[in-house]
Amino acid sequence: MTLTDTLQTSFKTVVSYRVRSLLIILAMALGVAAVVVLTALGDGARNYVINQFSSIGTNLLVVLPGRAETSGSFLGAVLGQTPRDLTLKDAQLLGRLPQVRRYAPLNVGAAELSAANRLREVTVLGSTANLIPIRHMKLAQGSFLAHGTERNAQIVLGAKIANEFFPRSQAIGQRVRLGDNRFLVSGVLASQGESMGFNTDEIVIIPIDYAQALFNTTSLFRILIEAKSHSEIESAKQAILATMRQSHDGEDDTTVITQDAILATFDRVLQALTLAVAGIAAISLIVAGILVMNVMLVSVNQRTAEIGLLKAIGATSTDIRRLFFAEAVWLSLAGAILGFLLGQFGSLMLRLAYPQLPAWAPAWASIAGILVALITGILASLLPASQAARLDAVKALGKK
Amino acid sequence: MIRLTAITRTFHMGDQAVYALNDINLHIASGEYVSIMGPSGSGKSTLLNIIGLLDKPDGGSYEMDNRLITDLSETEQAQIRREKIGFVFQSFHLVPRLTAAENIELPLILSGMPSAQRQSLVNDALQAFELKERAHHRPAELSGGQRQRVAIARATIMHPSVILADEPTGNLDHQIGAEVMLLLENLHHTGTTLIVVTHDRELGLRAHRQIGMRDGKILTDQTDDAH
Repeated sequence: MTLTDTLQTSFKTVVSYRVRSLLIILAMALGVAAVVVLTALGDGARNYVINQFSSIGTNLLVVLPGRAETSGSFLGAVLGQTPRDLTLKDAQLLGRLPQVRRYAPLNVGAAELSAANRLREVTVLGSTANLIPIRHMKLAQGSFLAHGTERNAQIVLGAKIANEFFPRSQAIGQRVRLGDNRFLVSGVLASQGESMGFNTDEIVIIPIDYAQALFNTTSLFRILIEAKSHSEIESAKQAILATMRQSHDGEDDTTVITQDAILATFDRVLQALTLAVAGIAAISLIVAGILVMNVMLVSVNQRTAEIGLLKAIGATSTDIRRLFFAEAVWLSLAGAILGFLLGQFGSLMLRLAYPQLPAWAPAWASIAGILVALITGILASLLPASQAARLDAVKALGKK
Repeated sequence: MIRLTAITRTFHMGDQAVYALNDINLHIASGEYVSIMGPSGSGKSTLLNIIGLLDKPDGGSYEMDNRLITDLSETEQAQIRREKIGFVFQSFHLVPRLTAAENIELPLILSGMPSAQRQSLVNDALQAFELKERAHHRPAELSGGQRQRVAIARATIMHPSVILADEPTGNLDHQIGAEVMLLLENLHHTGTTLIVVTHDRELGLRAHRQIGMRDGKILTDQTDDAH
C-alpha cells in the first residue's frame, strides 16, 4: 500500500465518521487555541510593559540616593551617618561625563495650583529643559526654559490641567499660582496618557530652582541621565558610581538603575509567566490526546470486522497500523490548524477589546502548540493502531 | 496446486484441547472445483481459513504451487492472500461506508497499483458483474445478490488462482444463490480453483469433488466422474 493511498484511505475514513472526527478535532483545536491565546496574552502583557518602559526614555539611567546592595562594612553606618543627598552639584558633575548625552535633575512633590478662580492639587516636577527630551515628553504648545528665559518663573502644564484651568482660552501666557509663587505658563504638554502609572496629563513642570524653593530642599529626588548610546550604558553606570564615590568622600552611597536592568527583570518574570500559562494550556492538549486514544480504541473495536476483511484481502499488520496512524495524523493536523486559526481569532478579539495590549501569539507558541497537538495525537494513536494490527483475522471476521 | 500434509489445529477451551483439524492430508490440483461439507464444528471453516492463510496450523505442512508456505512471514503470507487467493464470505464483509466501486478497489489499493490502472480494472469488474448502475451505492443500498456480486468482484479483481467461498449463498434466497453459484462456476471455467464450504448438500454436489468432514477429520473425498 503506497503512502498516498494510505493517506487517501485514512482521510476518507476520517470524513465518513463525521461526528466522531469533529469531536476529536474540536478537542485538539481547543487545546491549541488555548496555547495560542494564553501565550498571546502573556506575550502581550510582556510587550505592553516593555513599551511602557521604552516610552519613558532611551538609554536611560536613574541615579538615586542610598545604596541598594548589601555591604559587609559601611563605616558611615557605624558612625550613625545616613547616605548623602543628591545635589545639583552632583548632577552637574555627572553631566560632564563623556558617556552622558544629557541629564536632568529631578524633584517631585505636590502643591496647590490656582488660576482663573480654579484650584486643585497637582504633582509638580522640578527639572531642567532636558527633562522633556529625556522622558520622551512632547510639548503641544510653547516651550520650557527656552534660551534666554532660564531664570524665569515659568511653568509647563499637563494637557488635562491646561484644559481644566483654561478650557476656553489659550493657556500660554497666562499666570498661575503654585503654592505661594506666581508662574507664567510657557508651555502645554501634549496628551500622552498614563505611562508606568504616572499620568503626564495631570502634572506640571517648573524649573528645578523654583521647585527646590517650593519644597524647601536642596537635595534632589533623582537625576535622570541619558547615555550617548546603548553600548555606553554600562560604562556610564560605572563612571557615575565612580564620580559619586569621589564626590561623596569615597562612600558608595548612590544607586544607579539602568532601564535595561529593569526591563530585563520584567522580561524574565513575564516570560516565565507566559511559559507557565502555555504549559497549563498544553495540559489540555494532553487531555485531547487521551480523548483521541479513547475514541480510536472504540473505533478499533467497532471496525474489527473491517480490519479482519482487510487482512483477508492481503493487508499486512503494517498496513493496518499505518492506516490508523494516518487517521490520527489527519485528526491532529485538522485540530492543530483549526486551533491555530481559533487562537489567532481569539488574539484578534483580545487586541480589539484591549487596543493597548499587543496580544500577538509568539511564533514559538503557535509552532509548539501545533507540534504538541500533532505529537500527542500521533502518540495517542500508537496503542489503538498496534491493537488493530495485532487482531486475529479469523476472530475479527467472525465479529459482527 | 494445494497440498496439506498432516495438518492439525487445536483450540483450547479452558483446560480442554479441542481438535478442530486432526491430521488432515489433502491435495487439490489447479483448476479443481471442490466442495467441503460437514455439520457445524466439523472443521470445514477452519480448513478453509488455513488454506486461505488466515489461520496457522499447529502442526503439519502446507504447500501452494510447490512452495512450502507454512513458515512464511506474515508479510509474505499477506502477499499470497493478496495475489493468489480470493475470499467470498457468507455475510459479504463489505465495508459499509465505501461504495460498491470502492469496495471492489480495496485489494488493488493494498497491492500498491496506480490509481488510473485501478479505475480501469474496477470499471471492467463492474461491467462484468453487472454492477455499473450500482457503482456509487453503499452496501446498505444494495440487495443481497448485488452485495455478494460486489464481494465476488472484489475477490476476483486481482485474478487469484484460488477462490475460497465460505457458505457463499447462506444469506441469499434460492434463486439469487443459484445466480451467485453460476458466477463462481464461471470463474472456475476460466481455470480458477474453486473451493466452497457449505452446509447445503445440493450446493456441495455441484462441485466436481466433494469432501466430507466430521470432528476435524476428512471422512469422504469423492470425485464426480461425470465431470
